[in-house]
Amino acid sequence: MSGQAPEPVAVLETPIHVDYSFTAGLAQSRFLKGLAEGRFLGQRCPRCKKVYVPPRGSCPTDGVPTTDEVELGNTGTVTTYCVVNVPFQGQAIEIPYICAQILLDGANLAFMGLIQEVPADQVRMGMRVEAVWVAPDELGPTMSSVKYFRPNGEPDADYETFAEYL
Amino acid sequence: MGDTGAEEVLRAPHALDYTYTRSVGPVIGAFLTGLRQGRILGATGAGGVVTVPPTEYDPQTGERSGELVEVGPAGVVSTWAWTDHPSADQPLDRPFAWALVTLDGATTGLLHVVDAGSSDAMSSGMRVRAKFVPEADRRGHLRDIECFVPEASS
Repeated sequence: MSGQAPEPVAVLETPIHVDYSFTAGLAQSRFLKGLAEGRFLGQRCPRCKKVYVPPRGSCPTDGVPTTDEVELGNTGTVTTYCVVNVPFQGQAIEIPYICAQILLDGANLAFMGLIQEVPADQVRMGMRVEAVWVAPDELGPTMSSVKYFRPNGEPDADYETFAEYL
Repeated sequence: MGDTGAEEVLRAPHALDYTYTRSVGPVIGAFLTGLRQGRILGATGAGGVVTVPPTEYDPQTGERSGELVEVGPAGVVSTWAWTDHPSADQPLDRPFAWALVTLDGATTGLLHVVDAGSSDAMSSGMRVRAKFVPEADRRGHLRDIECFVPEASS
C-alpha cells in the first residue's frame, strides 16, 4: 500500500452464472419449428377439445396426451396486460411498453406478448391484435420470431369471450 | 402427429447471468478492506469469542460486536471436504479441499479452500496458512485470499 489510506470497501459484486441445457420436448419443438415458419402451432385435447398454444404435450385438465396438431391464425385478443414503467438492466425496449396476455383466436390458453404500435395508455382488455413477424430470413425456432402484436383495427372482443382466460 | 418417434426434439443452451451489487456495511466492509491490505479481521464478542468473518452483531448474544482484531494468517483445519473435479467457477482449477479454517486468534471457522495437492495431505487438525493474491490484483473480496496451503510447505 502507498502512504495514502485506500477507500474502504462499501459494495460487493456477487455474479451468479447458471448454465442450462434446455430440452424443449416434442410438443414445444413442434411449436418452435412452427415459429420458424411464421406459424402458431398448438395441440387439441382429444377429450375436452381445448387447444393449447404453446402446447405442452398433454392436457392439464384431463391428463391425456394432446396428439392433434392445430394451426392457429395470426389474430387474437388481449385478455389482460401490464404497463412496464420500470427500467431494468438488459431492457431491450423503450419504456413505457405493454406486456399482454394474448389469446389467439381458436386457442384456449393465453400467452405473453408485447403490444406495440399503440400508445401504452390506449391498450385495453379485449383489444383485438395481430402478430407482427420478423423478416422471413430472420425467422427461427424462437418466440423472437414474433416481433410483437399490434392492434388490427377490429372492434374489441366482448368480455365474456375471454373472461375464462384471466 | 402419430409417429412422433422420428421427430427431432430441439435443445438449446440457456445461460442465466445476473450480478447482485450488495452494500456490505461497516463491518464486512472493514473485513474486505482488510483483505485488500493482506489482513484478516475478526469481531470480538462476549466471552472472548472472535468471529471470522466478522459480524455486526454477536451471534450468541445479539449485542453489537466489539472491536475488530487481526487474526491468522495461519490456522487449523477443523473439517474439510475434497473436490476431485472442480467446476469452472470454483476458486481453484485443480483438485482441492473445501475447509473450515479456525484462524489463530479466532474462535469460529472461515470457509475457504486448501490447495493440498492430494486428499492424502488433508487432515482435521492440520495447520494451514493463507496465501494472498498479489497486492495489485486484490479487490476487497474473499478471493483476495487465493487459497490456504499446508503450513509446512508455505
